[in-house]
Amino acid sequence: MPTSATRATSGARTGLTDADRRRAKALVGRYPHAKSALLPLLHLAQDRNGWVTPAALEEIAEMLNLTPALVLGTCSFYTMFKREPAGALVVSVCTNVSCLVNGGPELLEALRSRFADDGDVLVEEVECLAACDVTPVLQVNYEYHNGLTAAAAIDLVEQYRRGELAARTISGTRTDGTDAPSASAPKSSTTPKKASSKTSAKSSTKKRS
Amino acid sequence: MAKSAPEETRIVTKFLRARPKDSWTFEAARKHNKAYSAFEKALGMEPAELVEQVSLSGLRGRGGAGFGTGQKWSFLPKGVFPRYLAVNADEGEPATFKDHMLIEGDPHQIIEGVAITAYAIEAHHAFIYIRGEFALGAERLQQAVDDAYANGYLGENILESGFHLEVVVHRGAGCYIAGDETGLLSSLEGERAMPRIKPPFPAVQGLYAAPTVVNNVETMSAIPHIIRRGGQWYAGLGVNKSTGTRVFSVSGMVERPGNYEVELGMTFRGLIEGLAGGVRGGKKMKFFIPGGASAPWLMPEHLDEPLDMDRASELKTMLGSGAIMVFDETVDPLLVAWRLAKFFAHESCGKCTPCREGSGWIEKVLYRMVNGLGRPDDLDLLLDFGQSIVPGLNAPFSQTTICALGPSTMSHVVSLDRFFGDEIRARLRADAARRSQLEVRSA
Repeated sequence: MPTSATRATSGARTGLTDADRRRAKALVGRYPHAKSALLPLLHLAQDRNGWVTPAALEEIAEMLNLTPALVLGTCSFYTMFKREPAGALVVSVCTNVSCLVNGGPELLEALRSRFADDGDVLVEEVECLAACDVTPVLQVNYEYHNGLTAAAAIDLVEQYRRGELAARTISGTRTDGTDAPSASAPKSSTTPKKASSKTSAKSSTKKRS
Repeated sequence: MAKSAPEETRIVTKFLRARPKDSWTFEAARKHNKAYSAFEKALGMEPAELVEQVSLSGLRGRGGAGFGTGQKWSFLPKGVFPRYLAVNADEGEPATFKDHMLIEGDPHQIIEGVAITAYAIEAHHAFIYIRGEFALGAERLQQAVDDAYANGYLGENILESGFHLEVVVHRGAGCYIAGDETGLLSSLEGERAMPRIKPPFPAVQGLYAAPTVVNNVETMSAIPHIIRRGGQWYAGLGVNKSTGTRVFSVSGMVERPGNYEVELGMTFRGLIEGLAGGVRGGKKMKFFIPGGASAPWLMPEHLDEPLDMDRASELKTMLGSGAIMVFDETVDPLLVAWRLAKFFAHESCGKCTPCREGSGWIEKVLYRMVNGLGRPDDLDLLLDFGQSIVPGLNAPFSQTTICALGPSTMSHVVSLDRFFGDEIRARLRADAARRSQLEVRSA
């Protein structure tokens, strides 16, 4: 569904791009009822800007013929959607019971204190990530890195930060479309939003046809 | 002690274990695992025959509830179309990691199961709802679906049979309760993943209020094998009404945590000590959780009980999602209970008042208990107000909430009372006495 001119203008900076809108249309077409595309569209919007911006949220509402309040209601229910800039890297550390007795809380504490002042890195305590055979369980932008010591985990996140490892987007979309990591990771910069939108620009045109 | 060394019986995990480097690719699955040959066979059969074979196999849902799969399929009202198939790949029950492995390791097995099931229930649209955090899993599943389309196993007029099927891989976005069968449907419709009251059951009014079957990933993975080798063959495995094999995720403080596919009927001891190597470092086991975070606990004295869903019910617990968590003698049961309570308080969707309010209060009270600030009657306080979520404290059979998350919030509390009641009450009294002494001295 085409969006109105006013939306396109207001969304120019933080909404969706034309490529996103084409992609969105294809996503909506996969479902018997358009509303089912809401979660996929929110992932798409988050890939674009590094978070779900109010402009993108309104645009999605219009595309699906829903009220913005309803879209916000759904969006706010799910932990993966960030409704404010979250930085370029989301580091998820599990502390649920199998990790609780295998160093999860200690790993969380070490990562939190190391990256407390780093706007590029959001360290989150999360619930079970379903990899309890290799504890403690850690994800960086939803890529698993399990069984690491605190020092190794800090080193890993720093490698991502320096761009030596290719990160997925903060919605977990691969940025190069192949199995071998090769795309550039978000650069450590003072503007995390830009860094992540750069990586997501590539992702939105790839895969899941 | 186990007499002979217990062994795995690999059916759904056989191929992914045999070819860990490429089991998820279409080429390998087709060449080395005869992927889609069961679907080809199914297309030559009548849908009713397929339902019959699955009923005959005795296969029960592997997601947690353990409902008969063939029975579920046969509940669809006759002549009502369209029908939908929704596959639950939203594995989130703490300590369960079997579906994660099946999705990343053998997506074609799942898609073949989906295709057979859709044909059997006469659905032309299937949705695989995969947990948002499974980024690699979603990628592999999508690739597998794309390859299945490209090779004519999905889409229009599949293998000239006239049957058509669309399969959509749908990513969630971080939410435990989307793994509840009706919560999943709400989420798939673009809503908050709030469970719906039953009846109407999804078989009658599910996705978009149309007849819908919701099946777990491991259940789907078993279907091709049942069709290939017959329901009778599958029913010959296992014990009593728990037929076939199940993949158990063993974790916590054991020597070899991991997924083990075993014939039902093996003992907990065979699984935990025989396959997973027993408690780490030669320590003693304090307790174990037999079926995911929602399941009431069991003790070392239960180790010789069989892995049998109905026997688990008699022991007032369940095999649930097949996640077994083992804790050694150094672990504080209150700490584990508090962490589970925190999980349920975080994941309660907020729809039903007893769960929304109760889950938070249980967490608060357990928090003070575990940190030496408990009141002498705190355990009884929990048991008392827990009655408003699980009347009679008879989980999971009675509840005042729409879904099973409500009673799950009380599983660990009931277990604390059942197995560690005296110990905890004594500890609470000692904590309170120590605090009152401190108050006297500071006065």
